[in-house]
Amino acid sequence: MTDAATALPLPAQRRGPLAAMWRRLRRNPVTLGALGVIVVLTVVAVLAPVVAPFDPEATDPAIALSAPTWQNLLGTDVYGRDQLSRLIHAARLDLIIPFASTAAALVIGALIGALSGYRGGWVDQVIMRMVEAVLAFPAFVLAMGLTAALGNSIGNIILTLAITQVPIYIRLIRGEMLRVREMEYAEAARTVGNPSWRIVVVHLLPNCIPPLIVQATLAMGFALLTMAALSFLGLGIRPPDAEWGEMTAEGASHMVTGEWWLFVFPGLVIMATVLAFNLIGDGLRDLLDPRMRGVR
Amino acid sequence: MSLLEVSGLTVHFATDDGPVEAVHGLDLSVGAGEILGLVGESGSGKSVTGFSILRLIRPPGRIVRGSVRLDGRDLLTLPEEEMRRIRGARIALVPQSPRTALNPVITIGTQIARLFELHGDLSRRAAWNRGIEALDQVGVPDAARRMGQYAHQLSGGTCQRVMIAMALASSPQLLIADEPTTGLDVSIAARILGLLRELGTRTGAAIILITHDLGVVAETCHRVAVMHAGQLVETGTVRALFRQPLHPYTRALVRSIPRIDREVALEPIPGAVPSLLHASPGCRYMARCPHALEVCRKNKPSLDVVEADHRVACHALEANRAAVA
Amino acid sequence: MPPLLKVEGLSKSFPMRGLGPMLDRMRGRRTDVRAVDGVSFDIAPGETLGLVGESGCGKSTVARCLLRLVEPTSGSVRLDDTEVTRLNGSALQRLRHGMQMVFQDPTAALNPRLSVRRMVEEPLRLHTTLGPSERRARVDDVLVAVGLGPDFAARYAHELSGGQKQRVNIARAIVTDPRFVVLDEPTSALDVSLRSRIILLLEALRENRGLSYLFISHDIATVKYLAHRVAVMYLGAIVEQAETRELFANPLHPYTRALLSAVPIPDPDARRERFALAGEVPSPVDIPAGCRLRGRCPLAQPICAQPVPLREAAPGHWVACHLVGKG
Repeated sequence: MTDAATALPLPAQRRGPLAAMWRRLRRNPVTLGALGVIVVLTVVAVLAPVVAPFDPEATDPAIALSAPTWQNLLGTDVYGRDQLSRLIHAARLDLIIPFASTAAALVIGALIGALSGYRGGWVDQVIMRMVEAVLAFPAFVLAMGLTAALGNSIGNIILTLAITQVPIYIRLIRGEMLRVREMEYAEAARTVGNPSWRIVVVHLLPNCIPPLIVQATLAMGFALLTMAALSFLGLGIRPPDAEWGEMTAEGASHMVTGEWWLFVFPGLVIMATVLAFNLIGDGLRDLLDPRMRGVR
Repeated sequence: MSLLEVSGLTVHFATDDGPVEAVHGLDLSVGAGEILGLVGESGSGKSVTGFSILRLIRPPGRIVRGSVRLDGRDLLTLPEEEMRRIRGARIALVPQSPRTALNPVITIGTQIARLFELHGDLSRRAAWNRGIEALDQVGVPDAARRMGQYAHQLSGGTCQRVMIAMALASSPQLLIADEPTTGLDVSIAARILGLLRELGTRTGAAIILITHDLGVVAETCHRVAVMHAGQLVETGTVRALFRQPLHPYTRALVRSIPRIDREVALEPIPGAVPSLLHASPGCRYMARCPHALEVCRKNKPSLDVVEADHRVACHALEANRAAVA
Repeated sequence: MPPLLKVEGLSKSFPMRGLGPMLDRMRGRRTDVRAVDGVSFDIAPGETLGLVGESGCGKSTVARCLLRLVEPTSGSVRLDDTEVTRLNGSALQRLRHGMQMVFQDPTAALNPRLSVRRMVEEPLRLHTTLGPSERRARVDDVLVAVGLGPDFAARYAHELSGGQKQRVNIARAIVTDPRFVVLDEPTSALDVSLRSRIILLLEALRENRGLSYLFISHDIATVKYLAHRVAVMYLGAIVEQAETRELFANPLHPYTRALLSAVPIPDPDARRERFALAGEVPSPVDIPAGCRLRGRCPLAQPICAQPVPLREAAPGHWVACHLVGKG
């Protein structure tokens, strides 16, 4: 069917890869919707002081434990703090921490994975054995252990989440590296006299990026969930900083007394955000699949 | 009447910008025992034609019009169930890349024997033995041992022989070989082509040989059909076509290849295969043609008989005759 | 004229890995794959040497050894007066200045994420002290020279046709004005109509820029068109070497005769004898002693079990066959 493929005409006007991606994205309303959720959340987080109706720290014993009203749309907590405002402010930490940890894990993992895959030999052997050792721990148990040992400042939580993710990126990039280093363009890059580091950084790594993006998006959801779970257990963000997991934990203690809004709303927000990240990841996987190129 | 009669075959591929006419109004016939060469550049629609005959065009591709008659029966109107029985049993395909067409995790023997079990209603053991015979016939050395091997253990030439043996398992009436020697070394290619020639005479099967190599056509085929941009531009016996290539595209093809039998000045074919999206209503070769006339812009030339079994689709026949004289 | 490139006794063997070969080695058997086995040739300035042979004969390994993409096991490669096999580090990178390569698969050889300009410019960045504007001008010039023009500089590989991609590959290879270019099957992956254009382009570039080529191909007709001299390889060794015209008019080695007689001729009236060899190419692990073709050659004699060096059968016509000149 090679003929059929070549018979397809080149587009009349040149379209960039981004434009082509946008066209395909438009046909995928689920991914588009998920992307919308994240964009809205990000905007809300950035503009938190502006869009939040109240100061999230402001207590008002008069309206403590009020169910949702027109005044306090999502109700208030035991100190009378507006839950909607707290959720909005919490979005900052809940987006920045997963993002920072994923970014750190991605950069470190990409560099180590690239080294491992490109060099091969004993370097590769040593790195891969270490990766396997880390992956032998259940990720969440590892995260718990690390926060318990390091203490739960924001920096340490980012570090913890990054450490649990790094091995995944190392493995991913190493595999991609093994593939692309056999491509003729890698050989061509050597032929024109590139030093090794340039071959890796300029020629090979950029070609490993698509699966990395997919993984990173899925990992954002995972990191958020891990962080929320840590907070839920009291190992993560501490009050009075607002964080969704910690809010859920607080709310959970009111489950028996019937103040349902205190755990339902933070739980829903976590679920929606994690789901959005996963849907985007899945959507991107389809979008970036080279087999999909040229197909409508 | 010929064994296979294709008429008015038109295949479209849907794209964002509209349908691409990959094959347009194609007429073709092949008789029993005959080898027809289907030649053209990439994008000429020759493979699409081959796949259309087997009804293996998948979306976004679609057969829009035309008929494909095998022994008088139109394959395009058959229910899929019946078509599936015809594929493999009466029409077989030898694909372009034999290695990827073989299942990598099943032995060659199992793959061949299964075909004989299916088509010949044989017991497992009898089918296995028939498989060994079949490999023997296509010249696979040490056939009994090869049966127990996997595709990756065989050379490209042997893989192609296995594919041919498999295609022949059901004694098909028509064999479609899609670039069967592309990527093979010349000496192995020569043997595969010899095998195809021999098959034609021995089994009486008709063969459509899709290729871009005019040398292969000259050495293997009885008749040739030259395709350009989804249309047939010239067809005739191999001898007539090589002696008197009347379509400018055929001449350009012949002149564009270096050859070992004589010194030639290479003349690349001018231009490129035109876009088949919103294809011009006139001659699709016009933009590349040295003899283009005013009439070529508006009217599509019909495939006219110029001699017994030599047909050409060109308005500038006089110029063409002068060019080959 | 002294040769530009002189290759002597070039060999490359790959060790086989795994348990089976290890046990074989312990029993004292040879287990390495002798991909290239004592190959010698030279190429004059402005000359094209064609290297033909079937897949697995070691011709691509020769090319990769010349450029040190693969480390040769033994032998010498001299470009001008530089012994290429001993260079390392930055000296090796500087070698790329004078020696370049065009790859078989034009698509795979282009980095999908870099623009044409960045790819073609890269050798200049690495090996010259030219400033950005000078580099830009050089890239534009070379894109014109390969028939693309400066408009193509902003494009990416997926926006180019197969022929255009190969032109970019050629542009990248010649942008530093190397004297010697290895062409590894540069036309094999191209469509018929594009092949002839690339052939003509390569020929024009050689004439205009005084390039020397090692042209590797299994497409014998193309080699005949482009090469001044041809070397025929079989199982890691050169079995025949001569001026192109002489080789095609008077092939002496049985392998060359078999190879030439298998090339299809686009003329239904051409009648000729097919000279066929028995069986298939043996594995390069167990190369027969003596003449390599012995097991497959219809003319084989007892003497063929003896080692057979390349001998000059006629002026400039070298052949490795015991039977040549003996009736």
